[in-house]
Amino acid sequence: MAIFSVYVVNKAGGLIYQLDSYAPRAEAEKTFSYPLDLLLKLHDERVLVAFGQRDGIRVGHAVLAINGKDVNGKYTADGKEVLEYLGNPANYPVSVRFGRPRLTSNEKLMLASMFHSLFAIGSQLSPEQGSSGIEMLETDTFKLHCFQTLTGIKFVVLADPRQAGIDSLLRKIYEIYSDFALKNPFYSLEMPIRCELFDQNLKLALEVAEKAGTFGPGS
Amino acid sequence: MSRQANRGTESKKMSSELFTLTYGALVTQLCKDYENDEDVNKQLDKILCSHFLPRGYNIGVRLIEDFLARSNVGKCHDFRETADVIAKVAFKMYLGITPSITNWSPAGDEFSLILENNPLVDFVELPDNHSSLIYSNLLCGVLRGALEMVQMAVEAKFVQDTLKGDGVTEIRMRFIRRIEDNLPVGEE
Repeated sequence: MAIFSVYVVNKAGGLIYQLDSYAPRAEAEKTFSYPLDLLLKLHDERVLVAFGQRDGIRVGHAVLAINGKDVNGKYTADGKEVLEYLGNPANYPVSVRFGRPRLTSNEKLMLASMFHSLFAIGSQLSPEQGSSGIEMLETDTFKLHCFQTLTGIKFVVLADPRQAGIDSLLRKIYEIYSDFALKNPFYSLEMPIRCELFDQNLKLALEVAEKAGTFGPGS
Repeated sequence: MSRQANRGTESKKMSSELFTLTYGALVTQLCKDYENDEDVNKQLDKILCSHFLPRGYNIGVRLIEDFLARSNVGKCHDFRETADVIAKVAFKMYLGITPSITNWSPAGDEFSLILENNPLVDFVELPDNHSSLIYSNLLCGVLRGALEMVQMAVEAKFVQDTLKGDGVTEIRMRFIRRIEDNLPVGEE
């Protein structure tokens, strides 16, 4: 999956649509006996691995499930604290699943409004007048492409750095938005988009773009 | 893109009459909704007209995104550019006609759009009891709503109307001000 996510941000900087379409992240489930040889710590309401790597479990991975039941932040499904539970030898052997923590929807909202502010700063820093604002943000693992319409809506796509054709994908997403979100009389402007047809057509467009765009530097 | 091209010609051929019918149904329904007393007929026409504007406005705020997505026009930097884009691109795209732009005011903030034929009223005659109804007032609302979304406050009104016996339909557009609050970032 070369296109990782799509975000749509409204004029005020609020996230109105979000889609993640990458393959499931690496997760590792292992059975442990006391004592646990990984050092765990509590961070941001999650239990993360602070030190100790083995068998696919890396530093920074979060505890996702204990004995098959998903954990709820720092509490197990039964309401006990994870760190306490794993510190008690009576609970062993225990099977724990680790993996990269997913972003919660609140975190995504915050990140979207932060990006909106950075976008504003970007265009103000510009030495030339009439700058377009941030169009691309590049890292070694992904590229973030952004397109702001004349009416202030931003379409943001996170994709593989080698994926080509994102510009036309952004325009296509704009068309899909104007068709399936705006022409839906029950959709109010600037509100979260909850239209089935928009979802479906967006996923279709992503698939088309992925197939077409990977004829990039590779071939 | 092939999808765009197909849509353009198909929708024009297929829906122009459907569209005229739909618009007519909207008008008559509004007339029925507010028709309760012979005495207030004159007032009714005024109310009816003022009810088209908000409906047109709602269409306009959504139509602008569709227009921008499909037409790829850039930002307009003055009112003349805006007038050109409205007449030559927007009207052509949605109603299939190209009105002419005339009667510029000396300050360059007012102009008239002259429509030789108005597709909305192809098969319409105004009856006597609605003689002061501005039938196509929806268009004014659409223009106002669409331009507001690109930070321009304008006023649009009908000056001449073929339904009332004038030779052409004339819409007068006046630029009020640029909307500075809630600008998309990067625009000054």
